[in-house]
Amino acid sequence: MAAIVEVRGLVNGFGRQIVHRDLGMSVEEGEVFGIVGGSGSGKSVLLRTILGLQRPRAGTVLLGGRDITRMSNAELRSVKAGYGVTFQHGALFTSLTVLQNVQLPMIEHLQLPRRALDELALLKLRLVGLGPDAAGKYPAQLSGGMVKRAALARALALDPRLLFLDEPTSGLDPIGAQAFDELVVYLQRELQLTVVMITHDLDTLFGTCTRVGVLVEGRMVTDTMAGIVHNPQPWIHAYFQGQRALRRGDQHGA
Amino acid sequence: MYCVARQQADGIELALHGEWRAATFGAIQAELAVLLPAGARRLRIDATGARFDLSGAWLLHDYLAAAAAAGAQAEFTGAPPPPLALIGRTLSDGQVERSADAAGQTVWLDPAVAVEGLGRIAVGVWRLIESLLEFLGRVSFAFGRASTHLRRWRPTSIARHVYDTGITAIPIVALIAFLIAVILAYMGAQQLRKFGADIYVVDLVTVGVLRELGVLLTAIIVAGRSGSAFAAEIGAMRLNEEVDALRAIGVDPIEVLVLPRVIGLVIALPLLTVIADAIGLAGGGLLCHTLLGMPMAQFLNRADEAIASTTFWVGLIKAPVFALLIALSGTWCGLRVRGSSRDLGRLTTLAVVQAIFFVIFADALFAVLFMELDI
Repeated sequence: MAAIVEVRGLVNGFGRQIVHRDLGMSVEEGEVFGIVGGSGSGKSVLLRTILGLQRPRAGTVLLGGRDITRMSNAELRSVKAGYGVTFQHGALFTSLTVLQNVQLPMIEHLQLPRRALDELALLKLRLVGLGPDAAGKYPAQLSGGMVKRAALARALALDPRLLFLDEPTSGLDPIGAQAFDELVVYLQRELQLTVVMITHDLDTLFGTCTRVGVLVEGRMVTDTMAGIVHNPQPWIHAYFQGQRALRRGDQHGA
Repeated sequence: MYCVARQQADGIELALHGEWRAATFGAIQAELAVLLPAGARRLRIDATGARFDLSGAWLLHDYLAAAAAAGAQAEFTGAPPPPLALIGRTLSDGQVERSADAAGQTVWLDPAVAVEGLGRIAVGVWRLIESLLEFLGRVSFAFGRASTHLRRWRPTSIARHVYDTGITAIPIVALIAFLIAVILAYMGAQQLRKFGADIYVVDLVTVGVLRELGVLLTAIIVAGRSGSAFAAEIGAMRLNEEVDALRAIGVDPIEVLVLPRVIGLVIALPLLTVIADAIGLAGGGLLCHTLLGMPMAQFLNRADEAIASTTFWVGLIKAPVFALLIALSGTWCGLRVRGSSRDLGRLTTLAVVQAIFFVIFADALFAVLFMELDI
C-alpha cells in the first residue's frame, strides 16, 4: 500500500493566528478518509492546501509521491487533472448547463471528439444518478441533492483516482444524504477510488469512512472508526461520545 | 500500440495493452477506427494486458457496440475489464444515447415558430413594462410610508450611500470637471480668436459648465460608478437569497435596499454637481489666465456679467432628477437578477447603459423645457 496523499510538518496561518502547527497525515490508496474538526479548526484551509490552491508556510504535501508545494503552476496543472473535487455548495458554473459543467474539465484537459464528449458526460451523469433530462438544466433549476450529484459527476469527469469531497452531505435530508453516501461507497468500490472527505455527518463517517483524522489544536489525530471513539482527548471524546454520536454509533455497531 | 489484431479462421483476435485512460483516449480511438471487424464473425478479446479507467472502458464499449451492429460476436478470452461491466449496468437503466442532439434544434423558417417567437417577445416586453410599473409603484408607496414615519428613513444607511456615491467620487468628478473646462476654454479660444472675440471664452466656459456640462458629466460618471454598484450589490444579494431572507423576516426590500440608495444619491449628486461647477469654473479661469493672458479680475468681472441669476440653478435643478433616474435604474436592474452570475453581469451592464441613456434623454427634455420657459 502506497500513500497517495501525504502531508508532513504542515504549518498554515493568517497573520499571527496559527491554524496548523506541524500537521501530518497520510491516506493510502483505496481508503475513504474522513476529516473532522470544529468550526475554525482549519479543515477548509487543509483541503485548499492539499489541492494546491494555497501554499503553506512550511511543510510538504505529496500527492502521488510528488511534492506540490514546490511546483510551478504549470506542473500543478497536471496534478490537478489527476484528482476530482466537489465543493461544499456544489460550485457548479451557473452560466453552463449541467452537461457543460461536466464537459468543461474534459475540454480543458483532453482532446475528445464531440460525440465522445457528449456520451462520456452523459455516462458520468448517469453514474451519479442523473438522467438526460437533468443534463440540459442550469444549476439554478436543480434541487440541493441534484447539485451535489452534478458536482460529483464533474469531479469524476477526468476519471481521477483520487476524489476530495467537502461536506458532501451538508444540506441534504437524511434519506438524500444516505443515498449520497451509498453512491460514494458504490463509486469508490467500482472505480477503485481513494476518497478524502471533510464531513460533519456522523452517519457519513460511520457509513463510508475506513479511517478518520480529527483536527485538534492544529494537529491531526488519525485512527480507525472503531479506535477513534475511545480516544480520551476531550474534544474527540465530546464529538464521538456526545448524545448524537452515541445514538448513531449504536446503530452502526461501532 | 494499445491493441494488436490477429486474423484467425473465423474472425479476429484482439489483444489489448497499456493504459486505456482518458489521457490516451485519442490515440486508442485512432487505432480502433481502423480495426472495425468487416465481415468478421467472431471477435475474441484479451483485455488482461491492459488497464482501464471509465473513459477507456467506454471506448471498448463503443467498439463492441459497433462490432455487434456489424454482426460480429464478441467474447472475452480472459476476464473482461471491470469498468466495462459498470458501464453496461449504468447504461442499461435506460436510454442515454438520444437526448444530447434532441435538444436545441429549432426551425426558424417555420412561420408558426416565427409567430410564436414574435409573440414571446411581445409578451416579454409587456411583462417588463408591468414589472417597471410595479417597481415604481412599490418605491412610491414605500416612500410615502417612510415619509410619515421618521424611523423608516434609516439615516445610517442613507449616510453610507451618500459617502459611497458622493464623497468617494469627489476626486474623479473634480478631475473630469477640470479637464472638461480646459477643453472647452481651449477649443473656444481657438475659434473665437478668429473674430477677435476672445473675451467670450469666459461666457462659453461659465455658461457651458454651469448649465450643462457640470451636471451632465457628473451624472454620467456617477451612473458608471454607482448605478453599476447598486445593480451588482442588490443582484448579488438576490443570488445569495438575502432578498428573500429580508422578505421572510417581514422587511420590505424596497424600503431597506432601494429607498436609502435613491435618497442617498439624490442628496449626493447635487453636492457633487456643486463641486464640479466650482472646479470647472476654476479650471476655466486658470486656462483663460495662462492661455489668453487674461487677468483673474477680468475673468471674474466677465463671468459675473455672463451668468444670469438663474444659470447656476438651471444646472443644479437637474441633478436630483438625474440621481433619481440613475438610482432607480440600478436598483431595478439589481432586483431583476435571478439564477445565474451571467444574469448579474448582463443586468449590471444594462443598469449603466440605461441610466446614461435616461440621463441624456432627460437632459434633452430639460433643454426644450427651459427654452420654452425662456430661462
